[in-house]
Amino acid sequence: MSQISQQLMDDSAFVPAQVRREEAEPELPRALSFLEDSWRKLRKNRAAVVTMILLVIITVLAFLAPVISPYDPNEQHLVWKNLPPKWPGVNISGLNGTSTFRGKQVDNYAMANVPEGTCFLFGTDEFGRDLLSRCLWGTRISLTIAFIAALLDLTIGIAYGLTSAMKGGRTDTIMQRILEILAGIPSLVLVVLMLLVFEPGITSIILAMVISSWIPMARVVRAEALRLKQMEYVQAARALGASEVKIALSHILPNISGIVIVRAMFSIPTAIFFETFLSFLGVGMKIPNASIGTLLNSGYKVFKLYPYQMFIPALILCVIMLSFNLFADGLRDVFDPKMKE
Amino acid sequence: MKAKRWVKYICTRLFYMALTLFIITSATFFLMNALPGTPYNNQDRLTQAQLDMLNKKYGFDRPLFERYINYLGNVLHGDFGVSLQFSDQPVATLLSQRMGPSLQLGLQAVLFGSLVGVFLGVIAAMHQNRALDVFCSLFAITGRSVPNFVVAVLLQYIFAVTLKVLPIGLWDDGFRSTILPTLALSISPMAESCRFIRTEMVEVLSSDYIELARAKGMSEIRIAFTHGLRNGLIPLITVLGPMTVSLMTGSLVVENIFAVPGIGEQFTKSILSNDYYTIMAVTILFSALLVVVIFLTDILYQIIDPRVRIEGVQ
Repeated sequence: MSQISQQLMDDSAFVPAQVRREEAEPELPRALSFLEDSWRKLRKNRAAVVTMILLVIITVLAFLAPVISPYDPNEQHLVWKNLPPKWPGVNISGLNGTSTFRGKQVDNYAMANVPEGTCFLFGTDEFGRDLLSRCLWGTRISLTIAFIAALLDLTIGIAYGLTSAMKGGRTDTIMQRILEILAGIPSLVLVVLMLLVFEPGITSIILAMVISSWIPMARVVRAEALRLKQMEYVQAARALGASEVKIALSHILPNISGIVIVRAMFSIPTAIFFETFLSFLGVGMKIPNASIGTLLNSGYKVFKLYPYQMFIPALILCVIMLSFNLFADGLRDVFDPKMKE
Repeated sequence: MKAKRWVKYICTRLFYMALTLFIITSATFFLMNALPGTPYNNQDRLTQAQLDMLNKKYGFDRPLFERYINYLGNVLHGDFGVSLQFSDQPVATLLSQRMGPSLQLGLQAVLFGSLVGVFLGVIAAMHQNRALDVFCSLFAITGRSVPNFVVAVLLQYIFAVTLKVLPIGLWDDGFRSTILPTLALSISPMAESCRFIRTEMVEVLSSDYIELARAKGMSEIRIAFTHGLRNGLIPLITVLGPMTVSLMTGSLVVENIFAVPGIGEQFTKSILSNDYYTIMAVTILFSALLVVVIFLTDILYQIIDPRVRIEGVQ
């Protein structure tokens, strides 16, 4: 007996076995990381991929507006006002710079003495400003507002939701009552009121929107965090002495990131909607600053005579909204397949 | 025991509803008083003496806090002050005249929208993952994405300006003038209920009792609409409430576009002219409706689905 144990204690008894290559287990494929796995699932959703590419193109074009827009968006050429779209080399009615005036087809470009080579792809507005440049700059402002608003929603919502869920007890009850009261305020009305009081501009629009739009995010985060708080791995972390902040940030937050990403994606189109709504109403961005909302607003004023001035911004808005919604739907299927909403 | 819990739940909720409305009323009051400018027309041409006289007439010369207390007291008695823009009419009268068109539009839109939405949703569920389903889903997501004022403007252009078959706006042509605003407003309830019913029906249509109906030789259409829909429809009640509220606020611009003499149009008019009392009254009205609808939806939800735990009551 003692002999055996002595032999076992002897280090030389343990010699690494010779593993022959051909007998070794085949190497397992490397585990996919969270992002790789999500990307693999997302790629299968055709609508999501198409809209993602579309969104990237739109975003890049919009943020390159200072470089690529053919004219200064606020430069007025009063003689060249209300010119219909003209595409070089395209001879389709509506894209060749002509319009119907008293039953006759007239060449507006010739009438306004526009030099031969000059083309306005989207036409010009009532002050002779190039609509293409205005659309590019407008999309840029609308997207900027939407991205910043979504980011703020995300930050405030996560902070509030996590605090409420982790503190629990009385703090949680009070924080939830505050949320309930805030949720009782109709957001559109609140936003309009805020904008009446503050000077209209990008900052006040964003702030007015964020005041009401972080609430759903906070609720989702709290509900998920409450669920995860009961999980064994969180209890294990607590037993090992991790602080509440550490548990919230490094154990719970990563596990709700999927749902949070989906929510944030849905809040971008909502923010774009709010911005266009406010500007269309006349309390949002102020003219001459272009945003999709102000372009729609000024297009609407003349849409009986020059419908293209409204249709083009409307089309851009629809494409952006649809793309964000379809892409967010795709993301939801990836990150949160059970969510039915 | 159960009744006691319900009473307690309802009382708690009513208390919080009252608190919400109180906070909203106060917040709006102080926000209104922070507004730049005055509510009078031609304010630039008024002399200081004239301004003082007007302020005295409307009580704007009193200290802020005293006015606040007065206003709260008046609101409790149903007195929302007088409109500063519409020849001193009481706001309550002004708004009650305008309730009719808004209510009619809202109801028509919810009814029409949810009927068509339910129909499309059932069709989509019956043809799951086939062309008709894809078409319905695309329609639903478009309806959810495109803002209703854009739809309104497009409808106006197509049917009123180009085809000239329907009035371009106003409220003077009976039912015909309600068609376009109703259509514009019904897009989002249509899309919402279509998506909602589709998800519900896909589940219902794969259950055993539907299989039995199929075995009995019933036609697919009859199965879906008489057997399946009955169970798929119940949860829809819970989303109809929030839908109505979002329609209400959504009508702000749509009413403006079609010049409908409703609450939304009044609101847009009064914010552009600093008509303090009207803005406050509309805000309070919208908030009250929203709070009541949320409350009713929660109660309905618990009656329909007893598994939902009463929240807020431990």
